[in-house]
Amino acid sequence: MSGDPTDRRSFLRQVAGTAVGAVATGLLSSCVGERLRDLPWDEARRRLARLEAETRARFGREDVTLSAQEAQPGVVFGYALDLSRCIGCRRCVYACVKENNQSRTPQIHWIKVLQMDKRRGIDLVHADAYYNPAFVPEDGRFYVPVQCQQCDNAPCTKVCPVRATWQEPDGIVVVDYDWCIGCRYCMAACPYGARHFNWAEPGLPAGELNPNLHVLGNRPRPMGVVEKCTFCIQRTRQGRYPACVEACPVGARKFGNLLDPDSEVRYVIEHKRVLILKEELNTMPKFFYFYGT
Amino acid sequence: MRFHLFARFFVGSARVVTRGNALYWGWVAFLLALVASGALAYADQLQAGLSVTAMRDPVSWGFYIGNFTFLVGVAAAAVVLVIPAYIYKWGPIREIAIFGELLAVSAIVMCLLFVFVDIGRPDRFWHLLPPFGILNFPSSLLAWDVLVLNLYFVVNFVVVTHLVYCGFARRDYNHKLVWTLVLLSVPMAVSIHTVTAFLYNGLAARPYWNASILAPQFLASAFCSGPAILLFVLQLLRRFTSFRIRNEAIWKIAELMAYAMFLNLFLHGAEIFKEYYSDTHHLLHTRYLYEGVGGHHALQPYAWAAVVLNVTAFILFIIPRTRRNFVTLNLGCAAIYLGVYIEKGMGLILPGLTPDTLGEIYSYSPTLTEIRVAAGIFAVGFLVFTLMLKVAVPIALGRFHVDADPAREPVRPPSEPEAEAVPPATAAGT
Repeated sequence: MSGDPTDRRSFLRQVAGTAVGAVATGLLSSCVGERLRDLPWDEARRRLARLEAETRARFGREDVTLSAQEAQPGVVFGYALDLSRCIGCRRCVYACVKENNQSRTPQIHWIKVLQMDKRRGIDLVHADAYYNPAFVPEDGRFYVPVQCQQCDNAPCTKVCPVRATWQEPDGIVVVDYDWCIGCRYCMAACPYGARHFNWAEPGLPAGELNPNLHVLGNRPRPMGVVEKCTFCIQRTRQGRYPACVEACPVGARKFGNLLDPDSEVRYVIEHKRVLILKEELNTMPKFFYFYGT
Repeated sequence: MRFHLFARFFVGSARVVTRGNALYWGWVAFLLALVASGALAYADQLQAGLSVTAMRDPVSWGFYIGNFTFLVGVAAAAVVLVIPAYIYKWGPIREIAIFGELLAVSAIVMCLLFVFVDIGRPDRFWHLLPPFGILNFPSSLLAWDVLVLNLYFVVNFVVVTHLVYCGFARRDYNHKLVWTLVLLSVPMAVSIHTVTAFLYNGLAARPYWNASILAPQFLASAFCSGPAILLFVLQLLRRFTSFRIRNEAIWKIAELMAYAMFLNLFLHGAEIFKEYYSDTHHLLHTRYLYEGVGGHHALQPYAWAAVVLNVTAFILFIIPRTRRNFVTLNLGCAAIYLGVYIEKGMGLILPGLTPDTLGEIYSYSPTLTEIRVAAGIFAVGFLVFTLMLKVAVPIALGRFHVDADPAREPVRPPSEPEAEAVPPATAAGT
């Protein structure tokens, strides 16, 4: 039997096959990719530490801290914006850019303020996002700031082919910048123009970096991925207001926990005339517009 | 023994594709030059990001995705030939169905390349591929598209290579395998285009796409554009090889295209009626395409050109006399190709995204980089198609097989005069 050449050959083939199989399995398991949220706790911490060190080195800033603070139980964030107060000054836009480390060149803005005619009411077709008068507000105009509406039935997360974007337990829709492939399907799906793409390498001077980072929020983004408003996840999960709320000079922006019956947003929803942008699309935003006066 | 045969097939094929006349080499060199130019342009894009394209946040998809959509239609149209050839055993078409499948394979290669060059992080392409990555199936229609396109590619590739290889080995092909896959490829061809239509169709944020007429209209226009390319190829084949393709086959395909174009125009008309008569905010996108909005008229000439081309082609193909005249037939094919290229490419993507969801109008037109990359991808597709034909045709003619090397024989033996009779752009065919 041992002298039979075919048997020897088939044995060798088997051995070779097993070896190749083992190497292939090894290679395979070593390069299986995972999003941060899929990693076990200790591995996630290691990756986080690595990302923090990389950011420090890249910007030459020792004060950089990178948090991965999770959602607090019993909290779902909601936002309310008073259309009768907004004066269209765009302070929120630039406070957001500063807080969330958006690219300065090319410019990326997560908030877009639309100027509308009082005669027409809310009419996106005739809205002007590039209004530029010497003083605001102008007579006969009103202003509708638009940012991510943090939809409960979000069309953007549904279409992502690699699950790089999802809704967190506190209602915030986030993007994993290390997993996004940059296909921009979410941008086609979003009815509010809330998603923005890094068409070029984001230009962010080291001196302008906000060093208090959250891994799903304002950490500097790479080229070729999508980003969006996260209700300032790095602040709000620590119990602070989003930067746009703090920046608003007329108090048009309200923020709080929708599950807390005593919160300001709940008061607004229950007592004011509230409207939802593109309500007919059933996106169920957690961003409400209202007329306070 | 088997391996030996395969090695000879491989070596023989290599020899076949490296032998050719000046015209062949000129064509190949032209394609290679385009591929090189596209590769250089793509290298720029990798370096500087998609900022070298004209796409921006308001129009986040453009020329690449438009070409992708058009080519999915071309790939799907192979069924137009496969259905009558295999199912109804309609003789004249049967012999050329294989070229439809070769075309499908080349078109899918181009489709996948167009998606690849469009993504912002090509280094993360593998995130789509389980078990390495995560495919958001069944939630994302893009995940569906990745699946069906690759399956369709595999099915057609297996059928074609199996048939060609068996022709080379001079043995009967595996009927069970070929029949199963061919029967599978018919619904799959419909599915790749339906899924691609649903990819747009499912987006409530874009009312221009969010119309259920989109999928049927995609199929109808695909059944025009795919065969239009094939009719050119078939005429070139019988011009440059001794391959016999009967006029009836070509006319039959042209007749089928006329019906498909009628359906396409009808579905378009139905959508346009609905938009204009109901006159809601959604009309804005259709108006942007055909009339221009707020001083932006970039698409208007293209939109009307597509209408004129499609209607002209329909008239040429529905009248038997002009369908059978090779001058008008080829004019009709060119008109269809151009017309559908406009309506399914930029004519679909741009009005869908403009004005954007907040009413902004951004006038997109592709940059030179985008055009070079796209031309490079088309060149890759034509190169794949050319090389596959170069091997498949002599095998189909029985001139290249296990015992014969066609590279030593003249490309067109003088004993077959009828191949000479039909130059592609003359009326001599009747």
